[in-house]
Amino acid sequence: MWKDRLRDSGHLVRLLLLVAVAVSLFLVVRAAVIPDSFGQYGHYRPGALADNQKHPLIHAGQAECTLCHEDEVKARNAGKHSGVACEACHGPLAAHAADPDAHKPVLPAVTPLCTNCHEKDAAKPKWFPQVASKQHSEGMDCNSCHQPHQPKL
Amino acid sequence: MPDSRREFLTDATKFLLTTGAAAAALDVMNGVASADTARYDAFEHWWGMTIDVDKCVGCGNCVRACAKENDVPEGHFRTWVERYEVKADRLHPEVESPKGGIDGFPPSTAVDIRTFYVPKLCNHCSDSPCVQVCPVGATFDGPDGVVLVDQSYCIGCRYCVQACPYGCRYIDPRKHTVDKCNLCYHRISKGLTTACCEACPTGARKLADLKNPDDPVHAFLRENAVQVLKPHMATGAKVYYRDLDGSVR
Repeated sequence: MWKDRLRDSGHLVRLLLLVAVAVSLFLVVRAAVIPDSFGQYGHYRPGALADNQKHPLIHAGQAECTLCHEDEVKARNAGKHSGVACEACHGPLAAHAADPDAHKPVLPAVTPLCTNCHEKDAAKPKWFPQVASKQHSEGMDCNSCHQPHQPKL
Repeated sequence: MPDSRREFLTDATKFLLTTGAAAAALDVMNGVASADTARYDAFEHWWGMTIDVDKCVGCGNCVRACAKENDVPEGHFRTWVERYEVKADRLHPEVESPKGGIDGFPPSTAVDIRTFYVPKLCNHCSDSPCVQVCPVGATFDGPDGVVLVDQSYCIGCRYCVQACPYGCRYIDPRKHTVDKCNLCYHRISKGLTTACCEACPTGARKLADLKNPDDPVHAFLRENAVQVLKPHMATGAKVYYRDLDGSVR
């Protein structure tokens, strides 16, 4: 009696089987590709924190420069440029800090370096020392009068 | 129940040692900590930045330093500098940022108008719109408040690029995934400051750890009139501007 009623249900069973296979396949693949730690701290992979830390250093940082160039740092700290880090003018030098002999830094061209900050510009804060370089030095290099590490005359 | 003090202490020591070792092993297995990054505890920090607009001279040092430190592709910026000119006969201020200010700015000869520089970068929002829209969990708020990108998860769908109200995100043309300022995560996790702060000659921008009670950021916030960009969007931005003009968007 009940067999007659279920006589035509074979296609439903096959469909159910197919769905069950698809769902379990999805679960297996999902378990394989998503790391167990996903969601530990939030909706992300915690390993991404370590990935973001892997990038190499390009700027060595002031403390690293001071290790060897103590005299220059002392001279600079006595003047108005005390707050300017070495790499602000000399460029990124982590490679030099890691191997001082293999990577020799090149001295920056002095006048463009100075005017970069000190060229007169209405948008700069009023307190900041600035000059119209053409009238101020008439083409002379800034360091013929000013010492970059201690800029006061 | 241990029947003597000695047994209790021995058991307690064993328990502490084994659970501690297990926790450390679990962290390493999960890729949370490895031998050289284990010293950095992300839960001990809450990073942001302070920017003193009255100290920015528009030299572009920050833009250059960032591009070199982070290998930023040409024409894209993780930080940039804008020059504002607020003119009497205009409804909106004029804003220019030639090549993001990477080569500095031609000197402005403007007279009798308000004109100033504003450095910009990712605001590392604590309620980031970009994090909310990411469909794959590739953009996230780290435990230390830095908004980071998981490059291995990003599918380059650009939802976050549209969602960021500050325009801080770009698709890296080499990788076809999104990239942005990660607050020099490789530097701050080693106790260094960011490349832009390192290169800033006037100290206009300073990295701030809001969880560190000794950080000067607390005095900065207490003693100055400080504003974030687009406060009405309630993004929880953590880049704090001092002396910010009302016209800045």
